[in-house]
Amino acid sequence: MNSDPILSVRKLEKRYGNFIGCTDISFDVWPGEVVAIVGESGSGKTTLLNCISTRMERSSGEIRYRMRDRRYPDLAELSEAELRFLMRTDWGFVHQNPADGLRMQVSAGANVGERLMAIGDRNYGEIRRRASDWLERVEIAATRIDDMPVSFSGGMRQRLQIARNLVTHPRLIFMDEPTGGLDVSVQARVLDLLRMLVSDLSLSVIIVTHDLAVARLLSQRMIVMKSGRIVEQGLTDRVMDDPSHPYTQLLVASILEN
Amino acid sequence: MKKPSLPAYNFAYLDEQTKRMIRRAILKAIAIPGYQVPFASREMPMPYGWGTGGVQVTASILGPDDVLKVIDQGADDTTNAVSIRDFFAKVADVATTTRTTDATIIQTRHRIPETPLTQGQIIVYQVPIPEPLRFLEPRETETRVMHALEEYGLVHVKLYEDIAQHGHIATTYAYPVKVEGRYVMDPSPIPKFDNPKMHRSPALQLFGAGREKRIYALPPFTNVISLDFEDHPFKVQRFESRCALCDAQDVYMDEVITDDRGGRMFVCSDTDHCETRRSEGYQGAGLPQHGAAKADWEAAQ
Amino acid sequence: MVVDNSSAMAGAPLLSVEDVSKSFTIHLRGGVRLPVVANVTFDVSAGECLVLGGPSGIGKSSILRMIFGNYAVDAGRILVRDRSTGDVADLASGDPRLVLGLRRNHIGYVSQFLRAIPRVSALDVVAEPLLARGVERKVASNRAAAMLERLNLPSALFNLPPATFSGGEKQRVNIARGFMIDYSILLLDEPTASLDETNRDVVVTMIREKLTAGTAILGIFHDVPVREAVATKIINVAAFSTREAA
Repeated sequence: MNSDPILSVRKLEKRYGNFIGCTDISFDVWPGEVVAIVGESGSGKTTLLNCISTRMERSSGEIRYRMRDRRYPDLAELSEAELRFLMRTDWGFVHQNPADGLRMQVSAGANVGERLMAIGDRNYGEIRRRASDWLERVEIAATRIDDMPVSFSGGMRQRLQIARNLVTHPRLIFMDEPTGGLDVSVQARVLDLLRMLVSDLSLSVIIVTHDLAVARLLSQRMIVMKSGRIVEQGLTDRVMDDPSHPYTQLLVASILEN
Repeated sequence: MKKPSLPAYNFAYLDEQTKRMIRRAILKAIAIPGYQVPFASREMPMPYGWGTGGVQVTASILGPDDVLKVIDQGADDTTNAVSIRDFFAKVADVATTTRTTDATIIQTRHRIPETPLTQGQIIVYQVPIPEPLRFLEPRETETRVMHALEEYGLVHVKLYEDIAQHGHIATTYAYPVKVEGRYVMDPSPIPKFDNPKMHRSPALQLFGAGREKRIYALPPFTNVISLDFEDHPFKVQRFESRCALCDAQDVYMDEVITDDRGGRMFVCSDTDHCETRRSEGYQGAGLPQHGAAKADWEAAQ
Repeated sequence: MVVDNSSAMAGAPLLSVEDVSKSFTIHLRGGVRLPVVANVTFDVSAGECLVLGGPSGIGKSSILRMIFGNYAVDAGRILVRDRSTGDVADLASGDPRLVLGLRRNHIGYVSQFLRAIPRVSALDVVAEPLLARGVERKVASNRAAAMLERLNLPSALFNLPPATFSGGEKQRVNIARGFMIDYSILLLDEPTASLDETNRDVVVTMIREKLTAGTAILGIFHDVPVREAVATKIINVAAFSTREAA
């Protein structure tokens, strides 16, 4: 078993002037592990995700990432070129709104192939073959490879976004409410797909969601946030079945029984 | 008492400070081939899109001894070409020509002359959109970072999309090139037919975009490679027909409609090249090459 | 009543529960504290089937859940011994990765109710623990199918998600999943509650096989015939309970 974390966050803080986005955030993520960050709107969970994924600048604290070459630098030590390379090869980011993560004006195949071309693949046939493989893995018919994402349903767009992220075999995926904008029936299919891909590819995932059912289904560990702070963290089923913090108890008590 | 007189035009219209500013941009552009240098584009006595960038570059490099040629779509006799040539004849009093070989400076829109350029010549391109990444990335801040970090995957996304939608790379003009293995550059809307002429050309090539306020350059003998895929290599288009006037082949052709019954013929797009060949005795069929008019003519024979 | 017919099985216990106590603090009810159990102490050795006895609501399920890491522990230790290395880990510390590792390799849990995952077939639910250990999908599926057949689940149901199954069908899927792997410790929470006699006997046989193989079993069985058939020792949880017996 791999005993080194892939990501360590220590005393992370993000301030907007006097306003606290998130503060005193410390946790680790191990390879192959799914960590859910839950909390209501305004709890700072998306701010936290954006800081870790370097889409937003942190105010203070440490974020270390295990590179493929085993180095373990603070992300702030990496050059912009290294960071951007990381983002399009080793990392993925699945946005709530697929349009934010896709290029809507080019075909599904080009969307999936973009990362391959970005790392220097120059064989059209090969790029196309891999794109169609990935479309099928996310349950999109390969015959739709030349169709524009605008002609896709919400669920298909979300699955396309997932394929586009996974084509370079990243090791760490950030997800921001990946099923947030979808109908319930469509949501189940996307969740099931995510669950399978995450385990087949041994991905590490940090997923932000306000939906505890999604967190329960996908994650092994859970971090509960309120007002920018972590109020409770631990094994997902432990946090949900035996919540200790008043806020977590309130969250869990609010779930509709199924 | 002497009558006060207004000063005449400054030589080549622009004031010396502006020319100095533009020359500095040009020098930087030459030093970093393919890199887009911002410059303080001036208002010119013509609308944007008519060549304000090219005119400012020409004005800044023009000397009294230069011989200027201006072409538009390969022709010396179109409105835009004639106006710009007359403009410089008036404001700089320089000699003008239509002959590629006689010119020291050639300002162009849409074409590179068929006659190979030589050492000492300068070709100035009028550029509408200098940013080759613009079609997929609208943010200027982002495209600048992409250039800085050599993140050029997007250019291939565009070419991929071409092949996916058309079965081949359908981009036929403004075809992206890589300069000296570093910057990806938009060669302005010249046909991709002309792309190979940029590669290791002995002439200095300058590009001016007035509205977008960018200047870039290819110093003589710069490597200019058209981007492509391994299994879809870059190819220039070939024309089946020969020039109806000068019988040339393997040049870029314009299609000319000769009647309303489908009659049409192909002629050299480069008017100087065509005239030169005709003066050397070459002669084309001079007749409709296609359509009903051709059938009529053949029947009459 | 203490039944002990396992004197042959000697050696260090695989599971030692020491002075464990548990209470719930309900913040939504003004922070009222509900004690559940205190000073829970027992051992379970290889080949032993310890049955938690006593009336409903006395904290039997809570003890199983603590040992599975599903409930936090207020005080005490839950020591799990690695059968091959002899290493002992304290699960009560609550370290999520320790708990996950123990669940993957050492502790199996058959709960009363199956938590069905949308769109996942019964066969995949059962095969999942094998897949998590890196067993090839085809091998895992075959073994899962064999296990479900043994429990007389109609094969027409194998490829359907269990969400729509009857109580007894769900229960058998749950049992099959828990018995797929040779965990050293198996926690059984009324596994036969909704089974008919035939299937109950199958489960009894399966439990006995596990015991023979050296598994330490801790269970709750309200079903007297099953309890008498498998128990090697019974302890009355009322002794640990801090609640009035219901």
